[in-house]
Amino acid sequence: MIQFNNVAKTFRRARVLDGISLDIGLGERVALIGSNGAGKTTLIRCLLGEYTYDGEVAINGLDPRGNRTAVLGNIGFVPQLPPPLKMPVGQLIDFSAALCGTDPHRIHDIAKRLGLDVEGILSRQFVRLSGGMKQKLLIAIALGREARVLVMDEPAANLDPEARKIFFDLLAERQNEATMIISSHRLDEVSSLVNRVIEMDMGKVVLDDKVADDVSLSGTLACRIVIKRFEPAFAKAIAAWRFAASDDNLVWSGHIAGPDRLRFLGMISRYTALVSDLSLVEAVN
Amino acid sequence: MKQLWLTAKLDIVESLRARWFQIYTLVFGGIVALLFMFGLTESRVLGFIGLSRLLVTYIQLTMAILPIFVLITTVRSVAGDREAGVFEYLLSLPVSLSAWFWGKIVGRYIVVFAPVFLAMLGAVGWASFKDIEVPWGMFGYYTALLAVMAMCFLGIGMLISAVARSTDIAQGAAFMVWLTLLLFLDLILLGVMIQGKVAPEVAVGLALANPLQVFRTAALALFDPQLIVLGPSAYVILDTFGLVGYKVFALAYPAALGLLSATIGYFIFRRGDLP
Repeated sequence: MIQFNNVAKTFRRARVLDGISLDIGLGERVALIGSNGAGKTTLIRCLLGEYTYDGEVAINGLDPRGNRTAVLGNIGFVPQLPPPLKMPVGQLIDFSAALCGTDPHRIHDIAKRLGLDVEGILSRQFVRLSGGMKQKLLIAIALGREARVLVMDEPAANLDPEARKIFFDLLAERQNEATMIISSHRLDEVSSLVNRVIEMDMGKVVLDDKVADDVSLSGTLACRIVIKRFEPAFAKAIAAWRFAASDDNLVWSGHIAGPDRLRFLGMISRYTALVSDLSLVEAVN
Repeated sequence: MKQLWLTAKLDIVESLRARWFQIYTLVFGGIVALLFMFGLTESRVLGFIGLSRLLVTYIQLTMAILPIFVLITTVRSVAGDREAGVFEYLLSLPVSLSAWFWGKIVGRYIVVFAPVFLAMLGAVGWASFKDIEVPWGMFGYYTALLAVMAMCFLGIGMLISAVARSTDIAQGAAFMVWLTLLLFLDLILLGVMIQGKVAPEVAVGLALANPLQVFRTAALALFDPQLIVLGPSAYVILDTFGLVGYKVFALAYPAALGLLSATIGYFIFRRGDLP
């Protein structure tokens, strides 16, 4: 579906991509990882036809620079940093929907599923939304159309646990019909979302690994945590994951999204000394 | 075509919310209001009275302000958008580069020209209300002159935006272009002619390659058809073009210059890295 054939990109004298060759098939969920400056963003911009390059990039056999509208009509993109657009949210949705040939209500529906009250912010400037709201809207625009390729740069970074769970569900609904490329500088942020990991360093692919596809995108885990004493900071952090406490505030239980388990455990690790018992059980769907 | 209008509409909405546009509108609306306030419609200069006097003053002031305003705001917003990541996102949507580039120009053109024109229209409306005679011929030609002036500097601004890779460079380049045109308006040309190093025809030809000078001379020609205030240069201009010919040239040349600059800008934009 997506081919990079010996792709190289040089900015002045710096070689940012150095002969990248990759073949990514339909249904693959690829984590594109690497430290800052590894070449991830440049590779994505080549894929989106925004940069010139040496070598070949093709999506379904089409070069993204020569066939912009045909290629980009099939790509949903979520940038890492939301653009500082002054236009109202309603206009951004209508503009994107008109260009992508989709119904704006489809974008509204996905935004609503992510917990964004679109109707209430239609006339608000996009740039004035909070980080999480911007991210939800950009995800809704990317997913609210028939995209066969989803390119996402740290898409869940600004989402709360509830919205992340819905986001994973939305990805699960598309996993058989779309190819996903999820860029991050940390593997633990995206590892449970993907079935292939590509690591880049200094413009080269240094690791290309298929990983076990055991984690269901839509699966959930029932979690129970017992703590030794009540701690307000812990209570605040766990409440953000919508956990409920027992009467004495010492036993907390709730559900977390399967792909979010590493992130959740990362949060819990800050309170290791406080935790006396922890269980995670895969919920039966 | 749909993509072009969508992009144009987008640029209009973005501009309407930008601070530069509010200042820009305030400046041109304010100029007309001030001219009325100071009674320029009542004054008499060189036999010009009423609204024609106001329009002459208005176009002179506009010629001083509009080019630098259009140049700086265009390069600032286009290069600024590129730096801020707006291009990265919006150009990831399925819009053709031609629709994007020309749509931006169309949107920006409407935004730049509308306040200038509406201010003039407001003056005409007020004059009609006050029973002051409206010089429709002059109003029509000045409107056309302002339209091509906006087109000319917008095209140059888009070319600079396509070439410059950062807002600072784009702004510096825009300022240098404006300054160069301003210097060639009188000072350097007069110096060259005084030193006698070039034939007067060459100096006048150079002056007429400068769109600022073209506008200035065309505006003068409306109330001074013999171009007496230009001195000997008037002979070269009127012998070469004739009065009507020069008025046509003053519309055609800057429009062509603007379109050519924009077209070169488009090919540069399309050829390189987009964001």
